[in-house]
Amino acid sequence: MRRPSTFAVYRWEIRKLRAQKRTYLGIGAAVFVPLAFTIAVALRPGEPRDVPFGRYIHETGLSIPLVMLLFGSIWFFPLITALVAGDIVANEDQNGTLKTILTRSVDRTQVFAAKVMAAVSYAVFAVVLSSGVALVAGLLVSGFNPITTLSGQRVAPGEGLGLVGASIGVYLIPIVAIASIALLFSTVFKNSAAAVVGTLMLSLLLQLVIIIPGLGGLKPYLLSTQFNSWQGLLRSPIDWDPVIRAAWVCSAYSIPALLIALVVFLRRDVTGG
Amino acid sequence: MTAAPPVEVRGLTKTYGDITAVDNVDLTVEAGDVFGYLGPNGAGKTTSMRMMLGLIRPTGGEVRLFGRDPQDSISALEGVAGFVEAPRFYPYLDALTNLQLLASLDGGEAKKRISEVLEVVELTDRAGDKVGGYSHGMRQRLGIAASLLRDPKLLMLDEPATGLDPAGMRDMRLLVRRLADEGMTVLLSSHLLAEVEEVCDRVAIIRKGQIAYQGRLDDLRREAGLSYTLRTTDDQVAASVVKGFDAVEADPQDDGSLRFHPRDEQAVAELSSRLTSAGALIIEMAPRSATLEELFFKLTEGAA
Repeated sequence: MRRPSTFAVYRWEIRKLRAQKRTYLGIGAAVFVPLAFTIAVALRPGEPRDVPFGRYIHETGLSIPLVMLLFGSIWFFPLITALVAGDIVANEDQNGTLKTILTRSVDRTQVFAAKVMAAVSYAVFAVVLSSGVALVAGLLVSGFNPITTLSGQRVAPGEGLGLVGASIGVYLIPIVAIASIALLFSTVFKNSAAAVVGTLMLSLLLQLVIIIPGLGGLKPYLLSTQFNSWQGLLRSPIDWDPVIRAAWVCSAYSIPALLIALVVFLRRDVTGG
Repeated sequence: MTAAPPVEVRGLTKTYGDITAVDNVDLTVEAGDVFGYLGPNGAGKTTSMRMMLGLIRPTGGEVRLFGRDPQDSISALEGVAGFVEAPRFYPYLDALTNLQLLASLDGGEAKKRISEVLEVVELTDRAGDKVGGYSHGMRQRLGIAASLLRDPKLLMLDEPATGLDPAGMRDMRLLVRRLADEGMTVLLSSHLLAEVEEVCDRVAIIRKGQIAYQGRLDDLRREAGLSYTLRTTDDQVAASVVKGFDAVEADPQDDGSLRFHPRDEQAVAELSSRLTSAGALIIEMAPRSATLEELFFKLTEGAA
């Protein structure tokens, strides 16, 4: 027997995701929520002025995906991410299929790597799809017009589109960290619901930490803060500090989470099923 | 140089806290064996087999499959296939896709064997159905098909007939026997005595995590000794004759007959003569082999 490539194992992880209903639950929400928001924008004259870019939603469609990124960071995108990443190992435990695949010619490291890649692929796909829907719907409702940056400078639509794309790219950094934590919970808890809820609870708790007196200094190092790092791209000149901080802070969350998950996965007794 | 045996287990131990599930098990399955791993539920069969397949890390001891340790590398499972407890598949995928997935995890070459193995287990017509809708028996057969995809030299099956109806159990036994006749070494665990008795030639009996017996089934029967059933025209006289004859040991039976264990065949002839002389004419004096069931209970429920 020839050992398969990790990419072949990854392709089957994607195939399994495509065959599961919960995958489409997240994808459906990723499409529906920005659509519903944009329809509301089209039907109502007001705008959410207290959030960055909220005041421009009627001026340019480019602002719609950015506002969605802000709203989505509280629980929406973490939930969609955790829905698959929290399930991807635990589901195999609960179904008893882990023993089925671990008695073939594929080693545990390959299986784990393929699952990480699949969970991250799904999260990236969901965020990009959701942002893409928000962008298209926003352009249809509010037009392809210049956007005003956080420094007050108006940027041409073409350049603005590039900044929106880059912002989505930076937004994916904390999303990957959320996926890593969900994978850890999925591996350790062996229970999908516990992993999904645990990830979401942690994400919400990290947002609440800063309101505890004396802990405000932790804010730059919290995962929740990194969901705003993309805003550095929408300043003139571009402020790279939050982006760089997001890269290492999120790595500090995701690398240990993945390493612990890997060690647990490699050493675990497969007793389920 | 002699080839390493398909399965060689030495001092295998697994503890969970204070509980010892498998206790210092030694086991050797030779090439060509149809080896029965027999024991009551909870005796440690499945835990042992999970360790043999590398799914559980032993607390102590070692497992060698064709000389390789499954804890070291997945390549130790080269030429090995099977399942522990009920075989599990992705219920939301059809059987064909499940097998394609598993073939890919075996490197892809096994894909060309899919039609063949589906035919062996007679699931060709249902290959397009989602496994979630399969009966228990169909899943067991799909488990065999998934194992055969690997073209194994050693097949390890944990309770393959459990939950099957009588016809399914018969079909499973026939299938295992056919695979064995084709040269495959089979390690089959079971708590079903009939299954092991009909299919296996060598057995290990496990009790409370420890091996109570290991060897040929025929030797096991011989070890338990030959017994005879005796019915005469006068059972009371017969009982007193047997009692007074040192060369046999007797157990009275509920139906009035006697069962006795002779020291040797000469003792049987002598007893026959004594009975006739005493006026207890023989109606039946038939040798009977001890059933595996008796031996099994003796070994698993005997001295604690």
